[in-house]
Amino acid sequence: MNDRNQDQALRKQLEEDSYKWGFETNIEMDYAPKGLSESIIRLISQKKQEPEWMLEWRLKAYRLWKTMTPPMWGKVRHPVIDFQDLHYYAAPKKNTAPKSLDEVDPELLRTYEKLGIPLKERAILAGVEVDENRPPVAIDAVFDSVSVATTFKKTLADAGVIFCPISQAIRQYPEMIQKYLGSVVSQGDNFYAALNSAVFTDGSFVYVPKGVKCPMELSTYFRINARNTGQFERTLIIADDRATVSYLEGCTAPQRDENQLHAAVVELIALEDAFIKYSTVQNWYPGDKNGKGGIYNFVTKRGACRGARSHISWTQVETGSAITWKYPSCVLQGEESVGEFYSVAVTNGYQQADTGTKMIHIGRNSRSTILAKTISAGKSDSTYRGLVRVLPKANGARNFTECDSLLIGNRCGAHTVPYIESKNSSAKVEHEATTSKISDEQLFFCQQRGLSKEAAIGLIVNGFCKDVLKELPMEFAVEAQQLLQVTLEGSVG
Amino acid sequence: MNNLLEIKDLHASVIEDSLENNQKEILKGINLNIPKGEIHVIMGPNGSGKSTLSYVLSGHPNYCVTQGSAIFKGKDLLSMTPDQRAAAGLFLAFQTPVELPGVNNVNFLRTSLNSIRVARGESELNAVDFLKLVREKAKTLSFSMDMLKRNVNVGFSGGEKKRNEVLQMSLLQPSFAILDETDSGLDIDALRIVAEGVNSLRSPDFSALIITHHQRLLDYIKPNYIHVLAKGRIIYTGGAELSNQLESEGYGRLLEEAL
Repeated sequence: MNDRNQDQALRKQLEEDSYKWGFETNIEMDYAPKGLSESIIRLISQKKQEPEWMLEWRLKAYRLWKTMTPPMWGKVRHPVIDFQDLHYYAAPKKNTAPKSLDEVDPELLRTYEKLGIPLKERAILAGVEVDENRPPVAIDAVFDSVSVATTFKKTLADAGVIFCPISQAIRQYPEMIQKYLGSVVSQGDNFYAALNSAVFTDGSFVYVPKGVKCPMELSTYFRINARNTGQFERTLIIADDRATVSYLEGCTAPQRDENQLHAAVVELIALEDAFIKYSTVQNWYPGDKNGKGGIYNFVTKRGACRGARSHISWTQVETGSAITWKYPSCVLQGEESVGEFYSVAVTNGYQQADTGTKMIHIGRNSRSTILAKTISAGKSDSTYRGLVRVLPKANGARNFTECDSLLIGNRCGAHTVPYIESKNSSAKVEHEATTSKISDEQLFFCQQRGLSKEAAIGLIVNGFCKDVLKELPMEFAVEAQQLLQVTLEGSVG
Repeated sequence: MNNLLEIKDLHASVIEDSLENNQKEILKGINLNIPKGEIHVIMGPNGSGKSTLSYVLSGHPNYCVTQGSAIFKGKDLLSMTPDQRAAAGLFLAFQTPVELPGVNNVNFLRTSLNSIRVARGESELNAVDFLKLVREKAKTLSFSMDMLKRNVNVGFSGGEKKRNEVLQMSLLQPSFAILDETDSGLDIDALRIVAEGVNSLRSPDFSALIITHHQRLLDYIKPNYIHVLAKGRIIYTGGAELSNQLESEGYGRLLEEAL
């Protein structure tokens, strides 16, 4: 076959199985009627058996949301979303919490299998003993909105770590929820955060007590699986003084026609000398070859370095979604606190991504590092948008930012929009940016050395991203490398 | 007939957006047979089509063949993709090797060798065996471990890039190598190393097409034939002694006689 024929064959194959995780699980769903109102919020709160104060908290968010409009400053285009045309509650029908894994719907277990949850972790889900030589991974599995399986409870409980669905935490640890929920991302922070605060159905809660190093990586698999159901996850992670925790989040979603809205909120709180590492591999359905369908991903993620010398590190690999609007940020309140943001954002086809971070320096000698790698292919458009703000009291604050863009083909776009506001003359803020393109000569060179065109792109892209990928925990680093290559298949014609 | 490569009446154009009809014919009827085990040299004035020939044979997407054929090991070479040609045993040492930022040289070499091994139906080399092999090859080419650790050709000197090409060639063990001015810009020690790299591959199953401007490479590599390429055609073919004649006389007389 000559080059052109091979490309056509490749493209055809890609269209047929472009999203290999595009399937849907048949589990009976329990829907709330479409639309959003106070009575829907009361229903959600009642379904979750929440205390009265939680309902009031939600209603306050709802009232704020009604006065707000969707943000328009992102470099993303999409049809107006009719927020009254969505279901705000869907739960698997058998939602009495399972007491053991035998009670988990077998269909659901098969879904995890199809999702490619690593064997070791599937074994955990199946209740099998794991190899003691390897540090275990605990999964709080979120299927649509209700957490149905939580594992490794005992190991964590022995260490004093709380890792549970947030709906359970609301009932079980109300004083902690009342103290911390909304303390980093308030109910009125932005349009999508307000919506989430009003209607979130589940998510994860983590508390690591003083001086405890969490004995395992915490991992959650999110998955959207119901038609027309907005997905509103809420995650709250608290690392008390000198505590350490690493949290992994990964997602895939089934193929479908309608655009799906996802508006999650993640709040991290690091107290004195605490360290939180939050890693994400996001691979939601990006839409078909014509740009139809795909997830709208409007996420608010923010961490507060409250204590002195506290440290929050965000690592993200964003390959999916039709639209990504996401800025994992750090509020560096503590003296000598450290914030990090490592990001790879890949767009192909008609995907749009507007992502970046905010580093707010408040504490003296606070430091932040931003390393953002943007890869655009096909007809996609990708923007890095980042804010570094140094407040007057942040003496000796330090920031280093590096933004690199890689273009594949000549129909895509990459943009870098840095905002730097320094109100302290002793602060040092550095920004570096590069833009490059995978050249025909590079591809030809690799092909002449025996690599297929797809393998050549994978090699060059992984080389471009390796400084970010090495920040990921091992399990994710391998998955992420494969994802990058799969995402960019067919990007050169 | 035991030809490894048979080129018949090959016409090829370069595709450029800047050209009025997008195409400019460069090769205007090349006929060339390269039997197994032979080394052929192509010399000729600048702009005669030497590099174009190497690109067309290896399948560069910026060139299109408008007429003629090239049969490699009995198969239609021109219908294969560049990586298929590489798997079939064709190797091109580039005149100006490209840089691959972020791609570690040793990782690239291993990916390359394993792609070719898999295409040949052989098993992949594991990291240990590969490192042993690459260390051995690197030593004979005076290629430092530091150069293996760096990114592909990034920050390499001109001579280091050329030696990296020869290292790749000796790892991949091609049955047919095209060297496009690999000797250009090399000091005398580097030139000897490159020549040794080629000579170490010499066997009844290895052929090469060496494009050069200089007679001095041929002091180290004895070719079977020397062809003179001018204006897209081979205008003269002679033995190894032809290079001395060209070195003293230049191309003038041959060009006048031919055109």
